Amino acid sequence: MPDGTSHPAPDADRIEAAVRQVLGSLNGDLTVKEAALLGELEALGRTVSRAKAEIAALGGQQLGEHIPAASDELDAVVSHTATATNEILDVCEGLERLQGTLDGAVAEALGTAVTRIYEACSFQDITGQRIGKVVAALKTIEARINAVQSDFGTDQPRAVVPAPAVVIAATAVAARTEGERLANGPALPGAGVSQDEIDRLLASFD
Amino acid sequence: MDKTMNVLIVDDYKTMLRIIRNLLKQLDFNNVDEASDGAEALSKLRGGNFGLVISDWNMAPMTGLDLLKEVRADQRLARTPFIMITAESKTENVIAAKAAGVSNYIVKPFNAETLREKIEKVLVHA
Repeated sequence: MPDGTSHPAPDADRIEAAVRQVLGSLNGDLTVKEAALLGELEALGRTVSRAKAEIAALGGQQLGEHIPAASDELDAVVSHTATATNEILDVCEGLERLQGTLDGAVAEALGTAVTRIYEACSFQDITGQRIGKVVAALKTIEARINAVQSDFGTDQPRAVVPAPAVVIAATAVAARTEGERLANGPALPGAGVSQDEIDRLLASFD
Repeated sequence: MDKTMNVLIVDDYKTMLRIIRNLLKQLDFNNVDEASDGAEALSKLRGGNFGLVISDWNMAPMTGLDLLKEVRADQRLARTPFIMITAESKTENVIAAKAAGVSNYIVKPFNAETLREKIEKVLVHA
């Protein structure tokens, strides 16, 4: 639910049955208003039936496979970049050993280059955290759609999806520490503060 | 500045631990130990003698901020310089860290010069 609270789900079967019951009771002469109402009820019945069919169609392969597969692909991205980063670091450490055998400007240039590579390799941490946020969002979407399917009582078998950490966390907000509540990962460009701004902020406390 | 001191670096990304360790080595800090979360770090801090802690924020089961609070609440560890290196770059994070007693705060991605500058600053004031 948008406001985060839990409300009883609409019972599609009951709505449909009510519409059919009303339609069945309407016979004989109809006024213009009654005819209009009949039209509205028929449209409502069709909408409910179509919604049920569409929700049922979301199950099985689409949710049972696609979202977990997407999560696995993203996990694989993190794993591959970690492997590649560690290989780069292996090479850098080899270059640093080589640097020890060199003198003067060449050694200094090599050292500077290696430092810049170390700095650049921290991308793996940032991208890993960003991808982790995307995976958590996917799992939340998956859980919510499964909950809607369950509410509408579709007959199709559904994959059992573990509750995502985000959902669990939402139910236990009171138990979270300040450190956990403020742990949101990297901010989007422009949303966070720069190192210079942080330095000024910290200085303002002195 | 005593560069022979023991430094504890805390991060749940092994690659990040390796990068920070190598950058510290370039700054001539060679006595570096590692922990992968706040709880492990606290155990090492209580069992050892560290002159500087460099910690990430976003870790489980204990975050860097919670580690910082534990360190400041521990009479023996309370004065240990503590630098947060994190991707958490919201103002509220910086304020919370400062309120908890952080010595300095570095936002990821960072460069070697920023690391050197902040370490020198906190150790001079330690």
